[in-house]
Amino acid sequence: MKTTYPKSRLPSVRKKRRISAKLSPWLFLAPAMIIFSVYVLYPILSSISLSFYNWDGMGEKTWVGFGNYVELFDSDAFYTSLKNNLLWLIFYMLAPPLGLLIALFLNQQVKGIRIVKSLFFFPFVISQVVVGLVFAWFYDPSFGLFNIAIGALGFEPVAILANEDYVTFGIIAAGLWPQIAYCMILYMTGLNNLDAEQLEAARLDGAKRLKMLWYVVLPQLRPATFIAIVVTIIGALRSFDLVATMTAGGPWGSSSVLAYQMYEESIFNYRMGYGAAVSVVLFLIMDVYIAYFLWRMLRREK
Amino acid sequence: MFPKPIKKSGRFANISYRVALPISIVLWLLPLIAVMITSIRSIEDINKGNYWGWPESFNFIENYTEVFVSTSMGQYLLNSLLITLPAVAGAVALSTLAGFALAKYNFKGNVWIFAAFIGGNFVPFQILMIPVRDLTIDLGLYDTHWALIFFHIAFQAGFCTLFMRNFIVGIPDALIEAARVEGVSEWKIFWHIVLPLVRPALAALAVLVFTFIWNDFFWALVLVQSDEVRPVTAGLSSLQGQWLSSWQFMSAGAVVAAVPPVLLFFTMQRHFITGLTLGATKG
Repeated sequence: MKTTYPKSRLPSVRKKRRISAKLSPWLFLAPAMIIFSVYVLYPILSSISLSFYNWDGMGEKTWVGFGNYVELFDSDAFYTSLKNNLLWLIFYMLAPPLGLLIALFLNQQVKGIRIVKSLFFFPFVISQVVVGLVFAWFYDPSFGLFNIAIGALGFEPVAILANEDYVTFGIIAAGLWPQIAYCMILYMTGLNNLDAEQLEAARLDGAKRLKMLWYVVLPQLRPATFIAIVVTIIGALRSFDLVATMTAGGPWGSSSVLAYQMYEESIFNYRMGYGAAVSVVLFLIMDVYIAYFLWRMLRREK
Repeated sequence: MFPKPIKKSGRFANISYRVALPISIVLWLLPLIAVMITSIRSIEDINKGNYWGWPESFNFIENYTEVFVSTSMGQYLLNSLLITLPAVAGAVALSTLAGFALAKYNFKGNVWIFAAFIGGNFVPFQILMIPVRDLTIDLGLYDTHWALIFFHIAFQAGFCTLFMRNFIVGIPDALIEAARVEGVSEWKIFWHIVLPLVRPALAALAVLVFTFIWNDFFWALVLVQSDEVRPVTAGLSSLQGQWLSSWQFMSAGAVVAAVPPVLLFFTMQRHFITGLTLGATKG
């Protein structure tokens, strides 16, 4: 047994201890906080302020007030991007239910199922640039598998990526591929943690398939559903990589989204202030979801 | 378990399930399988329009060697490694420290700082683009590996802090209190008590963040431009124009770019999935 008086109980040490206890969380936080503020928080404010200027990236900045926004809300390109972003949002919402469907299909214990599950997850692990290339090849009008398939069904070949009416849907489908895989994994983990007793009880009460899914399983999967929807919304609004690799916004800007429009205006047209205004609009749309997500998370924290 | 275990169903259901599995895999991965087969086709095959038939000859070695000999693919891969590895190490290190502070200390602003890390994690990249690009230029880092390393450390610190904080919350307070009573310094508590306990989370987080950073395309476009620094995503995209009709090379390049994250995923699969679901569903 220890009989010595612990050093920390001595008055002077205790005082020092109290100061260090107040200071130490900040010391642990400082490196991450500083770099995060410099690269993430400050740039948000800086972009907002920049959106009120005209700037080519090198010369003087000139104050234009809401000029960039007025021009933006008056341009067709903006509404095309906005409309496409909306299409992304709507059709991306197919990812959670389809992910659930695949998760239900694969939630069995047969030989080799682990490998099957990881192969299904594959599209999420590879870069969207690669996904974009793969799908561009898939859609190729002269030899792509897509046209061979619809040809077999008796349809005329379609150049999906060169067609203003179809191009955005073609890109969204490519994006859904990894997104479904992501939702599938979330649901698979959820299915693993189902309450076996409740399932058994429901089974004894005669609940079957769809009823069981709707009344017993889905309520238990709510955390997974929530996350799946959040990551899908954020993913839809962030879409950039696929648009950039598959069409660069074309043909004639018809597949552009706000994220791509911003990049194009700033980098190719040297209109940094105008680009910043586009990004602010995107940021404001996203804020709705970010705020809701934060609110839910912090509420649970308390 | 839901749905009902297939083993308890009849013979017919059992057999159909086993047949359906490989078919569904092939359908799901069809575009990818096509690209993999194309990557070993000969140029004669491509010119003849034999895109979907059995390859006339297997040019595995020829095509993949060509990719490395005639383009900077080797350099791109090296760049991706030189950027990704330090960025992962940096982000994980900083966020373990920050996660510990947020999980185990009560202080004013705790929740707000946590919220800032989570929120910042979801912002669109475009609103950061111009200021981050300017900052990188001002620091003299534009078009260097450091441009991407620093940005990725900073941005991933958001997600990583959320992740580590949620993991460290689970460590019993009693353990830390006991050490404090013994007079162990806060730093030593972190180093000798917390760090060994979070080792499994570190692995999960590192694997996950590795794929995020490796697959980044946007910042690779914005912060670097020369072949000497460009990572494999941007490199591949720039080769798109050069290889317009040489689909066998384009495919081989795509496969090469995908191999490292895929390899990592298959070797560390359990960690990867724990990471993904822990980071996402907890907290």
